[in-house]
Amino acid sequence: MHTAATQVKQKLAVIGNGMAGIRTVEELLKIAPDKYDITVFGAEPHPNYNRILLSPVLAGEQTIGDIVLNDWDWYKDNGITLITGTTITEIHRTRRELTTDSGYKFKYDRLLVATGSNPFILPIEGNTLPGVLSYRDIADTEAMIDAAKRYKKAVVIGGGLLGLEAANGLKLRGMDVTVVHVMPWLMERQLDEKAGKLLQGSLEAKGIKFRMQAQTEALVAGESGRVAALRFKGGEQIAADLVVMAVGIRPNTMLAEKSGLQVSVRPGGIIVDDTMQTLTDPRIYSVGECVNHRGTAYGLVAPLFEMAKVCANHLAEYGIGRYVGSVTSTKLKVTGVDLFSAGNFQGGEGTEDITLSDPMGGVYKRLVIKDDKLVGACLYGDTVDGSWYFKLLREGKNINELRDQLMFGESNIGDVGHEGNTRAVSMKDTDEVCGCNGVCKGAITKAIKDKGLFTLDEVRKHTKASSSCGSCTGLVEQILMFTAGGDYSATPTMKPMCACTDSTHQNARDAICEQKLLSVPEVMKTLSWRTPNGCSSCRPALNYYLLSTWPKEYVDDPQSRYINERAHANIQKDGTFSVIPRMWGGETTADELRRIANAVDKYKIPTVKVTGGQRIDLLGVKKEDLPGVWADIGMPSGHAYAKALRTVKTCVGSEWCRFGTQDSTQMGKDLERAMWRMYAPHKVKYAVSGCPRNCAEAGIKDVGIIGVDSGWEMYVAGNGGIKTEVAQFLVKVKTSDEVLEYTGAFIQLYREEGWYLERTVHYVSRVGLDYVKSKMVDDAANRKALWQRLQFALDGEPDPWFEFAKARVDPRQFIPIKSIAADVVAA
Amino acid sequence: MNWQYVCKLDDLPVLGARVLERSENAGGNVAVFRNDQDVVFALLDKCPHKGGPLSQGIVFGERVACPLHNWTIELKSGAAVAPDVGCTARFAVKIDSGGVFVELP
Ligand code: SRM
Ligand SMILES: Cc1cc2nc3c(=O)[nH]c(=O)nc-3n(C[C@H](O)[C@H](O)[C@H](O)COP(=O)(O)OP(=O)(O)OC[C@H]3O[C@@H](n4cnc5c(N)ncnc54)[C@H](O)[C@@H]3O)c2cc1C
Ligand code: SF4
Ligand code: FES
Repeated sequence: MHTAATQVKQKLAVIGNGMAGIRTVEELLKIAPDKYDITVFGAEPHPNYNRILLSPVLAGEQTIGDIVLNDWDWYKDNGITLITGTTITEIHRTRRELTTDSGYKFKYDRLLVATGSNPFILPIEGNTLPGVLSYRDIADTEAMIDAAKRYKKAVVIGGGLLGLEAANGLKLRGMDVTVVHVMPWLMERQLDEKAGKLLQGSLEAKGIKFRMQAQTEALVAGESGRVAALRFKGGEQIAADLVVMAVGIRPNTMLAEKSGLQVSVRPGGIIVDDTMQTLTDPRIYSVGECVNHRGTAYGLVAPLFEMAKVCANHLAEYGIGRYVGSVTSTKLKVTGVDLFSAGNFQGGEGTEDITLSDPMGGVYKRLVIKDDKLVGACLYGDTVDGSWYFKLLREGKNINELRDQLMFGESNIGDVGHEGNTRAVSMKDTDEVCGCNGVCKGAITKAIKDKGLFTLDEVRKHTKASSSCGSCTGLVEQILMFTAGGDYSATPTMKPMCACTDSTHQNARDAICEQKLLSVPEVMKTLSWRTPNGCSSCRPALNYYLLSTWPKEYVDDPQSRYINERAHANIQKDGTFSVIPRMWGGETTADELRRIANAVDKYKIPTVKVTGGQRIDLLGVKKEDLPGVWADIGMPSGHAYAKALRTVKTCVGSEWCRFGTQDSTQMGKDLERAMWRMYAPHKVKYAVSGCPRNCAEAGIKDVGIIGVDSGWEMYVAGNGGIKTEVAQFLVKVKTSDEVLEYTGAFIQLYREEGWYLERTVHYVSRVGLDYVKSKMVDDAANRKALWQRLQFALDGEPDPWFEFAKARVDPRQFIPIKSIAADVVAA
Repeated sequence: MNWQYVCKLDDLPVLGARVLERSENAGGNVAVFRNDQDVVFALLDKCPHKGGPLSQGIVFGERVACPLHNWTIELKSGAAVAPDVGCTARFAVKIDSGGVFVELP
């Protein structure tokens, strides 16, 4: 045995300075930092970078500098010799020697081959013309960025992941882009036909053109010798100053083959065993896209990183850990397009499908089940639960008991009730957050606590979570928020409002405010909407933003409201409506009840029900009877149909109750009278209880007030609906005037800043409770200003059941334009 | 040909609809739509999904979103927008000197 002082380190050579090779080195440094003298050879002239993020670089969302994973100093600091711009041309296995393209020779004890893969180039005429590129590395990306500055027409051959990301990037850089794809739908290996077609629709909405089921025959040169056109089989030509071939990759095994390492033909790859040693030579290891493990070659990073871990373990001579293959999942990195697929999403014999489809909402989900196990998932539009499905799929969990809720996602399982938590909190420490890098929740919370991390970037650096494809970013941010508190620095959500536009809800709000836009068409024009008058998702949102930003100036547009808000009643499944009149604080009188009873008889209203919101619901009213019913009962609109103030629930309070400390019923009535007729991003519900027994359930309301001996406690951002969320304590005040002022200020802040269809709970979790406090608890002047703005907006607002003209209710809707008598039709 | 006079163009709300009432025996109500280009369309007032009253939906471009579950229906053809499948009956419409006529069977 040598002593430590005289021990000569073994030499480890790494061929390929890419993602798999360097990840292996990182894993090795973690467990055996002093074992080897490491030398890395890389053909590219760059330090190790994140190849995945070339797409955001092409799209202009990141720079080359942003995507470097290990800079030059990292190699120096870890004693690694890095030789870039150098290709290894030969491995002499018996001499254990490498030869570089410049003839330099290098001796090794162990060798790691991580040469990645090469883009497949179609064997067609013209495939080497200038202007024909593939999409693999920084050089390709830079060439595309450069071409986009000088040329107009781009054609991308291949409608898979890489092709679509290339097309999206080129389009964002101003080129006219056509994608040519031989198959009937896009990403056919990851998506089923429905999802593939939805994807095509969203990309078409971004201006990308498609030629489906089209076969390319040749690329044609122009006068300058540069590519000028693409010819399809059949002879048709389309113009192209830039052609990107993204038709697949092939493991890069040239060097290995030349050196006598055993290589598989189909699919290709250097054959390795479960310890990542090559079959031919145990001194030579191989990881990454260049390998073939148990007959599979992988083209995504998650499996490569698993390989790296195993390989490092064996290089360190620990001898534990085997790589046994991976199940992979796919996501597309095009901002605003969410898709996820994994496993056998196509189904087939012996499988059953659960599908959900909401085309206008742009959501499609398909789950494939076999023998009570989830075997495949294909999600489009809403991919929040992708990682959960992926986990069920990999673990082969029996889902029989979850079957009914499966489609609605993890957040719906087993927590109806009290636990006011989001997805990130309900995850176990061992649950995986980042699928690319295999980082579990526990590792992230530990790093945040131990190292005092506050930003997403820091978490990325320390844990690698969210540093690859970025699709778990939202989850990581949630974990950060819950672990580090409201101090974390969020990255803004970039999702466009809908397929009509690239603008986010915030963009629209800002433009309306800053440029004083005063109509829906004006907003659409300013923000370059792609559709003539939006859709049923963006128009109601814009109408609300205009209304809340410019009260008294903006003229409400009823045609941009959902039927309930246009007819001022809730539509039912048979096309009739329901009427819920306002009962201030849940109190009513004999007179009101008599009028209701009379109306029920007169209009033959089939059902009368006491609602969960302490008032009465008349169900099954015909549309033409609505004005009559309203007039006859003579009670104000309860706005049970609107994104507006709904109920103010109260308990009996100190007037009657032996425990009551405050007059909660009066407080509730005062609140309701001060704030009814108030439209908001979503519905708003208040409750007031007279003591902490809290019979009015103030703990799950948008604003909940609880009377105590010395005053009132105020809670905000609770929610009793789809997912129960407990309200958070905001402040304690003394007088009922203060209750009005604080409640008004809070709700006005939400009205001014909330996104359409965002309840207070979602708004507050987005901006943080501390932010809310800084605006309306700590800052008295701002609180008063908010409260005043709300009073200004509500002053003189009409009751839509009685003041049709002022509330812009079109009375024509209650009468048919014409009735056709049966005999006329028969004529 | 059975061209029925329905109303004046201005009796229809822009980006909205009104109902031409027919008994169930006669085939049920007809929804008459007007978009912002003053094009008028007529469809059976029944969504191909679960019979929702299309006349109550939000009109945009040449489409309407059903008020019940938000399917999108092409006003020109009555067909549901992919990937939903289904079709509701459509009726020919003409505008003559500001009057709207619908062709009923
Ligand atoms: C009538 C009523 C049920 C009842 O018979 O008791 C009811 C009926 C409906 N609720 Fe509700 N909710 C009723 C109290 C509630 C409550 C309890 C409460 O207000 O104290 C909740 C939980 C509290 C909350 O909102 O946080 C509740 C949570 C929901 C939700 C889930 C909201 C969420 O953010 O999670 C929806 C769906 C939505 O709004 O998108 C909903 C949606 C609906 C709709 C509008 C569904 C629809 O789109 O057609 C139902 C309309 C029926 C109709 O035509 O009248 N309803 N709904 C209650 C009317 C109260 C009232 O007097 O105005
Ligand atoms: C644009 C783009 C987007 C992608 N998006 C995703 C995604 O969203 N999710 C995902 O999981 N994966 C994605 N991938 C795939 C992912 O980048 C690869 O799986 C991963 O980079 C493969 O790692 P590797 O180390 O095996 O190969 P590489 O990262 O390619 O590294 C191999 C390196 O070896 C060098 N080399 C080769 N031969 C020699 C030699 N003889 N001598 C010296 N050096 C040599 C090469 O120049 C290269 O730098 C994407 C790829 C691209 C191109
Ligand atoms: S819970 Fe609410 S939304 Fe669901 S059926 Fe009952 S009333 Fe309708
Ligand atoms: S009835 Fe029209 S979408 Fe369901």
